[in-house]
Amino acid sequence: MGKVIQMKGIVKSFGNIIANNRVDFDLREGEIHGLLGENGAGKTTLMNILYGLYSPDAGEIYIDGNRVDIKSPSDAINFGISMVHQNFKLIQSHTVVENVALGLKGTGFFFPARTVERRIREFSQKYGFKIDPHTPVWQLSAGEKQRVEIVKAFCRNAKVFILDEPTSMLTPAETGELFKLLRLLRVEGKSIILITHKLDEVLEVCDRITVLRGGKKIKTVDINEVNKKDLASMMFDQEISFLGRENRMRKVDKDIILEIKNISVLSDKNLLAVKDVSFNIHRGEIFGIAGVAGNGQKELVEAITGLRRTVNGNIYILGRDVTNVGPREILDKGVAHVPEERIRMGVVPSMSLEENFILRSYNKEPFSDGLFLRYDVISNHAKELISRYKISALDEKSPAITLSGGNIQKLILARELTISPVLIVASHPTQGLDMKSIQQIHELLLKQKEDGCAVLLISEDIQELLSLSDRIAVMFDGRISGIRNTDETTIEEIGMLMVGGGDRV
Amino acid sequence: MNLIVDILRAAIPAGTPLLLGTLGEIYVERSGILNLGVEGIMIMGAVTAFGVTTLTSNVWLGIFASTITGGMMALIHAFDCVTLKANQTLSGLALTMLGSGLSGLIGKRYIGMPLSSKLQNVPLKGLVNIPVIGPVLFDQDPLVYISYILAFLFWFFLFNTRFGITLRSVGESPEVADSAGINIPAIQYFAVFLGGIMSGLGGAYLSVAYAPVWIEGMTAGTGWIVLAITIFSLWRPERAILGSYLFGGVRVLQYRLQPLGISPNILNMMPFVFTILVLMIASREISKKRIGAPASLGVSYQREKTL
Repeated sequence: MGKVIQMKGIVKSFGNIIANNRVDFDLREGEIHGLLGENGAGKTTLMNILYGLYSPDAGEIYIDGNRVDIKSPSDAINFGISMVHQNFKLIQSHTVVENVALGLKGTGFFFPARTVERRIREFSQKYGFKIDPHTPVWQLSAGEKQRVEIVKAFCRNAKVFILDEPTSMLTPAETGELFKLLRLLRVEGKSIILITHKLDEVLEVCDRITVLRGGKKIKTVDINEVNKKDLASMMFDQEISFLGRENRMRKVDKDIILEIKNISVLSDKNLLAVKDVSFNIHRGEIFGIAGVAGNGQKELVEAITGLRRTVNGNIYILGRDVTNVGPREILDKGVAHVPEERIRMGVVPSMSLEENFILRSYNKEPFSDGLFLRYDVISNHAKELISRYKISALDEKSPAITLSGGNIQKLILARELTISPVLIVASHPTQGLDMKSIQQIHELLLKQKEDGCAVLLISEDIQELLSLSDRIAVMFDGRISGIRNTDETTIEEIGMLMVGGGDRV
Repeated sequence: MNLIVDILRAAIPAGTPLLLGTLGEIYVERSGILNLGVEGIMIMGAVTAFGVTTLTSNVWLGIFASTITGGMMALIHAFDCVTLKANQTLSGLALTMLGSGLSGLIGKRYIGMPLSSKLQNVPLKGLVNIPVIGPVLFDQDPLVYISYILAFLFWFFLFNTRFGITLRSVGESPEVADSAGINIPAIQYFAVFLGGIMSGLGGAYLSVAYAPVWIEGMTAGTGWIVLAITIFSLWRPERAILGSYLFGGVRVLQYRLQPLGISPNILNMMPFVFTILVLMIASREISKKRIGAPASLGVSYQREKTL
């Protein structure tokens, strides 16, 4: 089997973050090749480079043995590479035909829809599924939209199909149909790259698997040579620094700060994102939630902080029922929130630091005298927090957006901690930050724990969870697939639970 | 009956500059660019057409020159919005101010001058004899006939060609179009340029056909009404025809009602009151039918801004 694609020594960085660090990758003709790794491992970046969306900082790409330069998606399409993105690249208000015809060569300038319609019908007959070419895309289900994407690729005479997390939006039945279709395409000699973090899936359909971790390639293996456990251990880092473990206080109080009882929450798409989840967090405890993004963590956090209504179950803070009471009341109960998207939800980017520091308390003494803001007090307050939390900023009047990610995160924590919270809800507090900021934020959280605060820590970084948390719950598909005492678990076990292998609690 | 035919017949030329401008702006907005400079481009088209016609005594040369002026003015906007990714609203408004100032300066010497060669009515033999429709539609000047053809072509190209799908996709989602290998700047430059040509042509129609004189500020809000009709037409050329002639009719009524003793101030208000009414109707329709402005209208597109 010839090598359709070879990528050698690919490097790509975004600012300080190295997303791909000398990655080698090769794809054979007529194979389904799984690209496996955690979120942030660099899978999508690597494929975006192959598809011409990003240009690599270094490295070479060969197609059929020839060195090529892929500068844009249209180059990639000309080389026979098509990509089905996780968020479908479809125009909602246009029909299936119009979407497929966009950028398609060989349709004729006039009445392109006629040719395209014929080709869609041919394709759907050949592979045995139904699709109405004249339906607007917004009326289609996720599975149908994905088929439109595959039809699009097919009509462009793609010989390489890149599918980014193709099953994340699909029902199990739809997933089965997708795999059937992929196998049919393989029979025709097409090559398929499947980007995923789900072990069961790669084992089910792939011929070979390449594992990425932290931007580096770990290994390319043949499917017959490995089992689930091998793959999980390749995906997750084994060497954990137990830095935080010694710091952990043994005495975890009996007082329950947060009690979650059988809650269910809907996602934006009105699907059940959190399914019957229950747990308690005690005073002085850091409770970690592990899981690959999109398994309900976001909706769970939003329900606890009052940003999203629950459809079922109850939430108690210090024994008081705060289910669906709204964010302000929950904040006033002493809940600090470090949100997932720090720039979009954590600060007002264009407002000054001092103003961002009082977003929680602008309406209260001493910052307000009822009618006017007291800027002298606000300014002093800001100066004090800047020096106490070692935030590097020009001054307290500069807009928050001028700060680096780490400093924005410290700003948010500084603001949230001024209320002496009883509970901190921290979503991915260190995601995308440099080592120094990460360490400072870890120290801040551990300090709060010592002071008797309960912390709910949501993270995708298992290492972070293992070094900070007392207990770790793993979320998978909206449920908690297991709760473990940190001292009694391993990175492997958590990793397995994260990718869907595990007990149901 | 004669009165109605008369009004309708006058409504067509009154609506023609609106139609020309709206067809252009529909394409511009379908590409995701908002051009608020229509008023400024139109008035530049008007003064160019008048000036060149005076100089060359050839009205067609004047009309041709106005399209060049319009296209060039629009390229400034394209450069601002597509290349520099500047604020589209501001760039458009600046263009309107530039146009009104510059046209006043250029047009100083043409004030009060008669036009040497005006666009004449050419009744189309045969067609003109059809009752009602004949005199209304086919006893007009050549530019009106050209606008009929253009309206058809704009509709046809938007919905039945590969170019049309590309243009609409760019305005709906430049991201999707980009990943399909479409050259987005090229499409947007082209659309804005074409829009400028059409606005220039609309301006020319005012100064060499509709009222063959040059008066400073003679567009008097025509460009702004074009923007309103663009919304009313739901970004569809075939609906632009309806909208433009409706407004043309209002403008004609404005003059016809004057002898009846209605205050001219109130009559002068009519097109703008009508604009508000029409926009209210259009908004209702937009929310009801789940159709609306091109989704990326007014938003500059940049690749690789993630992370």
